[in-house]
Amino acid sequence: MIFRVNSSSGTPIYLQLMEQVKHAVETGALRAGEQLPTLRKLAVELVINPNTVVRTYRELEHEGIIEIRHGSGAFVSQAATGQLKISRKAQSVMQSAVDRLAAAGLTEDEIRRLMENELAQLRAGEAAGRKE
Amino acid sequence: MTEFAIEAVGLRKSFKGHEALCGLHLTVPQGCIFGFLGRNGAGKTTTIRILMGLAKADQGSARIFGMAPGDGTSGAALLRRIGFVTEDKELYPYMTVAEIIRFSRPFFPKWRGDLERRYLNVFDLPPNKKISDLSKGMRSKLMLLLAISHGAELLVLDEPTDGLDPVALEEVLRELVALSASDGTTIFFSSHQLAEVEQIADQIAIIDQGRAIVGGALEDLKRRYQRICVVFADGVRGDIRWADGAEHIRREGRMVSILAGRNVEAIMAQARSLPGTIVERYPVTLKELFLDHMRAN
Repeated sequence: MIFRVNSSSGTPIYLQLMEQVKHAVETGALRAGEQLPTLRKLAVELVINPNTVVRTYRELEHEGIIEIRHGSGAFVSQAATGQLKISRKAQSVMQSAVDRLAAAGLTEDEIRRLMENELAQLRAGEAAGRKE
Repeated sequence: MTEFAIEAVGLRKSFKGHEALCGLHLTVPQGCIFGFLGRNGAGKTTTIRILMGLAKADQGSARIFGMAPGDGTSGAALLRRIGFVTEDKELYPYMTVAEIIRFSRPFFPKWRGDLERRYLNVFDLPPNKKISDLSKGMRSKLMLLLAISHGAELLVLDEPTDGLDPVALEEVLRELVALSASDGTTIFFSSHQLAEVEQIADQIAIIDQGRAIVGGALEDLKRRYQRICVVFADGVRGDIRWADGAEHIRREGRMVSILAGRNVEAIMAQARSLPGTIVERYPVTLKELFLDHMRAN
């Protein structure tokens, strides 16, 4: 797997790396069950701070793209492709919604509040559904 | 046990009426790679000399692993835990590379023969060459070898990459990353090369005129600082009082560029509320952060 980063771009390095791992999974360059480079190997190869690699792997694990098995390393999860499809779709839905709200003149805080209200409604709906 | 490798509070130091440090604060968490940034003459070397116990602060205190640097048995014990590369890369000029290594070894009970051999090889250092015949880059590498091989928990490196060509520079940075990843060594290095700091540091401080003006985790700083660009269709009229958090404001023709460290949303809302504006925001690079703060001072 060949990763590359641009440390002087404004985009944080861990986000650049996350995107490259996701892309590798989508193109099939990385398949389910395959191992990612160790923390040390990737940091040394790219000459970046080891904590940046830790952050990248932790975020990817959180999104269900990889699994971290302690002592043996990071592996592409079996569900990675499915997770990616869902997260890409979600990303595009969110992006267009946020873009439209921002174009309508709403601030980041207002959008966040709207989103939280919707989530609260969803939770309330679910609770009501359970009671019936 | 303290979580900080280095902790400096309110350091002040004057030389002949000139204030080199005026209340410098610095905290370096253990296990990080810390980039200490500043222009020439900003006070970097003075700070490092105080941390190493080579100079005394007029006021304030410095602690390394919770202990005071300087004289006495605790100071001496402390020095064994620190690998130090000085700014001038001064070493006994009449010794050969092999001789200075043989000379240094007995001072450090935790000397790592494996690292010594590894770095002789990686840095391509000629064992039989006299130090006086080495280039500045070679002397930097030799000092790094000595600093690393004595098994230090903390490396304090004053401009370690000064005089290195791009290939040697990448080698040195790579080895520092490897050391941090495998041994958890804390690395504190000063530099005015923003690119190398941005590449390997996870914590930074920018100092100017003897004061730390920006500091913290690099990723946090990058997230927190944003550049807001406001284009005024009919030109900028009068002076605008921007909301808190707008740190550096520059006007260029019909555009106002604002570097904001906090309150980004409020500043953007304020900009949008002005007549005929288009407001955009951009992420900030370390270079921009540095240059903007230098221009402002």
